[in-house]
Amino acid sequence: MSGALAPHLDAQANATRVRRAAQRRRTNAIALALSLAAMAFGVFWLVWILVETVRLGVGGLTLQLFTEMTPPPQAETGGLANAIFGSLTMVGLATLIGTPIGVFAGIYLAEYGQRTKLGAATRFINDILLAAPSIVIGLFIYAVVVARMNTFSGYAGILALALIVIPIVIRTTENMLTLIPNALREAAYALGTPKWRVIMTITLKAAMAGVITGVLLAVARIAGETAPLLFTALSNQFWSSDLGRPMASLPVTIFKFALSPYENWQQLAWAGVFLITVGVLLLNIVARLLVRDRI
Amino acid sequence: MPWADAVFSLLAHGAAWLTLALLAGIIGSLIVGAAPAIREYGLSFLWTSDWDPVQNKYGGLVMIYGTLMTSLIALVIAVPVSFGIALFLTELSPAWLKRPLGTAIELLAAVPSIVYGMWGLLVFGPLLARFVQTPLQSLLGGVPVLGGLVTGPPVGIGLLSAGIILAIMVIPFIAAVMRDVFEVTPPMLKESAYGLGSTTWEVVSKVVLPYTKTGVVGAIMLGLGRALGETMAVTFVIGNQNQLSSLSLFEPANSITSALANEFAEAGAGLHQASLIYLGLVLFFITFVVLALSKLLLVRLRRGEGTRG
Repeated sequence: MSGALAPHLDAQANATRVRRAAQRRRTNAIALALSLAAMAFGVFWLVWILVETVRLGVGGLTLQLFTEMTPPPQAETGGLANAIFGSLTMVGLATLIGTPIGVFAGIYLAEYGQRTKLGAATRFINDILLAAPSIVIGLFIYAVVVARMNTFSGYAGILALALIVIPIVIRTTENMLTLIPNALREAAYALGTPKWRVIMTITLKAAMAGVITGVLLAVARIAGETAPLLFTALSNQFWSSDLGRPMASLPVTIFKFALSPYENWQQLAWAGVFLITVGVLLLNIVARLLVRDRI
Repeated sequence: MPWADAVFSLLAHGAAWLTLALLAGIIGSLIVGAAPAIREYGLSFLWTSDWDPVQNKYGGLVMIYGTLMTSLIALVIAVPVSFGIALFLTELSPAWLKRPLGTAIELLAAVPSIVYGMWGLLVFGPLLARFVQTPLQSLLGGVPVLGGLVTGPPVGIGLLSAGIILAIMVIPFIAAVMRDVFEVTPPMLKESAYGLGSTTWEVVSKVVLPYTKTGVVGAIMLGLGRALGETMAVTFVIGNQNQLSSLSLFEPANSITSALANEFAEAGAGLHQASLIYLGLVLFFITFVVLALSKLLLVRLRRGEGTRG
């Protein structure tokens, strides 16, 4: 090679090459170290939050928590029974209202309107609804329900939560239905099956695990939502199963209690935070397992 | 049952139309609700900063500034960290750690924001005040511009705390999406680069990142959207004071969402309530613009990728 002609040049080039390689390796090492640090940084905060939630929350886990009403400040005893009941009621009914609407709109997007204008518009608007701040949903329900009925009420809270369920369910239903191979649909049509039966007994059935996952994720999401309940369901210090009146919920109660200076309220707030965190994480894990089994 | 098909189709179409109607309803009701304030102040609402329920005078600058500033702080922290996490999960992590760490990040995106808020106020805030704010003040106290950012009582409440809590909250969102998009890079591309002797960092910065930039921008926008609209995590730690007299990041401030959360239920009908709804409208508009921008950007980036081929 050229080394025979100009040995000093070759040596120089070699030195440059070695230096470059060392520099590249150094850049690489720094970048990878930073990446490792970022991972540690992320995990550190998240572990800290969870540990703190468990540490401060477990102490408040007593039977009273589930049997007694929210107490006045500085009372000796008290629990979160009315808030837990309110949360379960509102989340349950909101899911019952939101799921069918979301599933049908998802069916429309995947089976009827893949290429229509209405389909494109619905898809875009669904993205906006998914990204909409949940407190704005609360404002909307306040304007159309609370202001008309002249009272904060459980109904208003349910509607606000249902509006958050709908876009989540639409998105997962559409995604899951589009995964179903077209050959399945064509085979069914070839046998003369009407469209609604194809959807109900073949495509939707095949996508069921995914759709249920979407619903579970939506439940997990609204179980922790505070903002849309603040001026729809408000809160209630007492047991109330009347949906026409203000209704307590875990998140709003936690919000109120955590910001108070009273020791017993803060303790209940930590217990509530623990309950919500555990519930939401469990729902997420179940949802994940459902999909994993199918795929 | 010949009618069944028609009924089913009607239901599906109806649900789609209902979604459209929902958005129209939300925008319409916000505009109607905000109408008194819009008529009174017009657009000057956006750059006036008095917010005085006693004198019935309202301007939204303080809250709009608070919302934008906390989201900016959150992104400045969260984007590099999320990128590092995604890089770790796709290129560095040993195979047996990939799944548990990935799931952990995804699960943490599901933790309700009220948990972050309460933790921020009662656990993190006091520590921030003692170990970060006080040293920063003694360090930057005399410096001209930077010194102005760190005045005020170091109590762990204010724009900085809110921004940090928001960052911790959106890191899992951005990191999870970035990891997903990094994973769609064809292995062939990466292996070719490795085969030429590239280091891991060179593969990521020169092959993976250019290939996935659309998705990365999408991930960042998703995080920004979350940060802008987040209520609880911010309300707990921002301090809820309508001041803009000092630009310090340590002073208690306010954001659109926390003003709504704190004042709306008590605000009497009239100009106060209308002004709050006006703020909600502004927030909705901002998140809408962020979403539309990200979609537009993605379309354009995708087009550019096609031609460069």
